[in-house]
Amino acid sequence: MQLSEHILQTRGLSVYYGTKQAINDVTLNVARNRITAIIGPSGCGKSTLLRCFNRMNDLVPRSRITGQVLFEGQDLYAPDVDPTEIRYQIGMVFQRPNPFPKSIFENVAFGPKINGFRGNLNELVEKSLVRAALWEEVKDRVNASALALSGGQQQRLCIARALAVEPRVILMDEPCSSLDPIATLAIEDLMRELSQEYSIVIVTHNMQQAARVSDYTTFLMNVENRGGQLVEFGDTRQIFTNPKDERTEAYITGRFG
Amino acid sequence: MAIIAHPDFKRHMARRQWQGRAFHALCLMAVGVALAMLVLLLGYLIQQGVSRVSWDFINGFPSRNPDEAGIKAALLGSIYVVLIAAVVAFTLGVGAAVYLEEYASRNWRTRLVQINIANLAGVPSIVYGILGLEIFVRSLGLGRSVLAGGLTMGLLVLPIIIIAAQEAVRAVPRSVREGAYALGATRWQAIWHLVLPQALPGILTGVILAVSRALGETAPLIVMGALTFVPFAPDGPFSRFTVLPIQIFNWISRPQAGFHQAAAAGIIVLLILLLAMNAGAILLRNKFQRRPEA
Ligand SMILES: Nc1ncnc2c1ncn2[C@@H]1O[C@H](COP(=O)(O)OP(=O)(O)O)[C@@H](O)[C@H]1O
Ligand SMILES: [Mg+2]
Repeated sequence: MQLSEHILQTRGLSVYYGTKQAINDVTLNVARNRITAIIGPSGCGKSTLLRCFNRMNDLVPRSRITGQVLFEGQDLYAPDVDPTEIRYQIGMVFQRPNPFPKSIFENVAFGPKINGFRGNLNELVEKSLVRAALWEEVKDRVNASALALSGGQQQRLCIARALAVEPRVILMDEPCSSLDPIATLAIEDLMRELSQEYSIVIVTHNMQQAARVSDYTTFLMNVENRGGQLVEFGDTRQIFTNPKDERTEAYITGRFG
Repeated sequence: MAIIAHPDFKRHMARRQWQGRAFHALCLMAVGVALAMLVLLLGYLIQQGVSRVSWDFINGFPSRNPDEAGIKAALLGSIYVVLIAAVVAFTLGVGAAVYLEEYASRNWRTRLVQINIANLAGVPSIVYGILGLEIFVRSLGLGRSVLAGGLTMGLLVLPIIIIAAQEAVRAVPRSVREGAYALGATRWQAIWHLVLPQALPGILTGVILAVSRALGETAPLIVMGALTFVPFAPDGPFSRFTVLPIQIFNWISRPQAGFHQAAAAGIIVLLILLLAMNAGAILLRNKFQRRPEA
């Protein structure tokens, strides 16, 4: 099969929570092995859009979508698709670090174990921690509780946990919003590193962050009462230096949001 | 400042402080009265019964002679009934709680079930006795056996465990579940590997409450026909049986003072059993509550 340059795509995607519409008619392409940032004022549906890519919104009662989400050209919402199968190919890192109340080792081993991994678990855990740039800090205490780590370490542990199931895409929902600036920079470096092998979609409310790390930027905004719409999509440099839409310009220059 | 200098303020302040002290004293008094009653009760029991507590008493069977009467049959009966009840109620209760919290959709039917579980917790225990008599003793043909008694008691404490388990399951943060789902866990895997282990201490708290309740209940077992004079230890699930509270009640209602002493001794044994079972559950809970070494 010829791989298209877009690993994820949405086609006219709208999402509703009950009767409330959260995003409206979003058509977006996510490039392979690149970092795509989603920015926009709070409540414009950034998380909602992100959570369509691994069908996490299925867990919200009374949520529904219209339109399509394609992963490698396949409809993610086709009736024969099992969401759990998608979720270990498309990993997710959350806004607040959410390590399990288990040891560092068990956190990383959790995904492989439940997905029936047969192989050298020690090796896999070490490799994942190395790739998440955490190994050096925890190699002497992998059996210690994950909850004893600092916030930045916990977030890197969550990244290692996601990497351990060998996903192709990593979704990140404001992964640095609860971290200090140093931990934030560590995660940003890590993202650049990971984008060699993975396709990354990051939601952020921090525009400098989007400008620093991403290759492409999507700007969403609430329009009327119909939820977030895609206002502009483009090269990150173009969006931040030469936005085409005046609402994008207003947002990135801090005039609203 | 002007306000502080105001004479009204000072007068109010004095009154407020006085009120605070009065309330403090009232609370202390309430605690004191409760404690005093407890000490009085324990003191009376010990004075009456402690001399009768001995291995012969624990290992003996009831007798017409008050000084020879022992409590073995009732003690074993109580232990069997409570263990059967705890196992049954734990299994069903955790299952029901997980279903209600994790699987059932939030609609009027679920709410109806929920309200009824809360109501069941308040149904007089004698009603459970009638239920047990009809279902276990008669329909299922278990007879007036220790198994039927345990199952009846299990039904009685089921709502307590369901409610405690539901609260414990609900208290597990959503972020933990989401973390598991995001790795491709099925609902069952998230529940089994993450939700239940984290909820277990809370569930065990419910078990402690349930065990205490089951140990003290008498009415349902009397209704379903537990005996009062049992000169043998239960030798299997279908054996006839009695329990401590019934035995104690039986002794208290005799005229001889010797039986009253035996009753006091029986209450001491009952209290010790209660404490031991609770301590066991608490130890278990602390074991699960401990986080991996930091
Ligand atoms: N689980 C939910 N139930 C109902 N409404 C929701 C839910 N999650 C989000 N919403 C609503 O959808 C809109 C978009 O939310 P979200 O995607 O979280 O925005 P953002 O991440 O951009 O702040 C908001 O108006 C929010 O109130
Ligand atoms: Mg969000």
